[in-house]
Amino acid sequence: MSDIVLQSIGKSFGGKRVLDKLSHTFAAGGVHGLTGPSGSGKTTLLNILLGLTAPDTGAVSGVNTAAVSAVFQEDRLCERASVGANIRIAAPRAREKNALRSLIEEMGLDEKTPVHELSGGMKRRAALLRAIAAPSELIVMDEPFTGLDEAVKQTAAAAIRRSLGGRTLIVVTHSESDLTLLGGSVSLTLPLLG
Amino acid sequence: MFRNRRLWIPLCALFWLCVWQLASMRIGEEILLVSPLAAAARLWEMLREPSFWSTAGFSMARIMGGFLLSLAAGSALAALAYRFGAVYVLLAPLISAVKSVPVASYTILCLIFLSTRSLSLIITFLMTLPVVYEALLEGLRQTDAKLLEMASVFRIAPLHRLRYIYIPQTLPYLVSVIGVGVGIAWKSGVAAEVIGLPQGAIGSRLYEAKITLDMRNLFAWTIAVMLLCYFLEKLIRFLIRRAARALERGRAL
Repeated sequence: MSDIVLQSIGKSFGGKRVLDKLSHTFAAGGVHGLTGPSGSGKTTLLNILLGLTAPDTGAVSGVNTAAVSAVFQEDRLCERASVGANIRIAAPRAREKNALRSLIEEMGLDEKTPVHELSGGMKRRAALLRAIAAPSELIVMDEPFTGLDEAVKQTAAAAIRRSLGGRTLIVVTHSESDLTLLGGSVSLTLPLLG
Repeated sequence: MFRNRRLWIPLCALFWLCVWQLASMRIGEEILLVSPLAAAARLWEMLREPSFWSTAGFSMARIMGGFLLSLAAGSALAALAYRFGAVYVLLAPLISAVKSVPVASYTILCLIFLSTRSLSLIITFLMTLPVVYEALLEGLRQTDAKLLEMASVFRIAPLHRLRYIYIPQTLPYLVSVIGVGVGIAWKSGVAAEVIGLPQGAIGSRLYEAKITLDMRNLFAWTIAVMLLCYFLEKLIRFLIRRAARALERGRAL
């Protein structure tokens, strides 16, 4: 794994500049906070890191897009499938199934329950589990604790920290306390461009 | 007042049956308009004749066979057209043509090349294929783009995408097209049989009723077709929903 380097990234949508000449380095294996006001391009930058959006200018190095996983702003789960099936299709070769099962239990979920029967908070936990279970070198999370109460947040953060195993984690959040829970700090604050 | 549809729809059906009965009594000529009671009585008699079941079985096997074939072919073609723009463009004029050709033209054309026994199967297939194809293609096009993005990020295998994303997303379109398609299948299949007159088919019985002016038989067979159409539609919808739900729930870890 190598550092993730952003070199003079620029991105516009319909003539509106969202990112402009953005350069930054995320150290490999670290937990990095990405903050900034609404509209400053945080989600756009995550999409660039995930390979979903190409920058207009500049380049990203150090990201193997065949080895990334994510928690999106929305849960993006297969609603009719069970929690277990949602995790299995993202991590088909997960060897430590027992460890995964205890992680699911720790998060207060049942692997056999269909996602459409879960509450909003439970769906968020399933999305978090999927991201940490999937084989990856980089995990990106967009407001990972949305809809979770304080106690569940603590449990989820502890599970994420334990499961990182040296992978790089980039988290978009408005809450510094969430970042502290994950053992990270603000690494990059994006400005709102005019 | 009309919110309880389970109560009101059967009551309304009863109302229309009463209208039919009154109209028939008013005309007073069975040769012009048979009463629903006389048609039901004839149907009841027919149900006890072995030839009814062999005739209904003959038509049902071919008409539903044609429809199931169009479900299979329509799904495959819709998937290919969704995936490859060239296939969509290639099929567009063909589907438009197949859609607008009248049943009678197909039937006469098919009679030149095929035996009358397989006529309703081919006609049903041709008449329902564009409906199935277009509905499923629309379903695929409406697939949640965010779920597809998720699948791309997590590198989800194509078979899993099909099972957990595409099938659940297109299921409502499939269920809806079954409702429309089974109706079209029976209408076009029986119409083809009336023209082609295959031995031992419902269409041939309808034609016989017409030339002998046996309106009781005509109405009894028509009601039989309506009932077969209704129950088969319910059965296919039920089986497809069950199969899709079992498939998409998936096993655990």
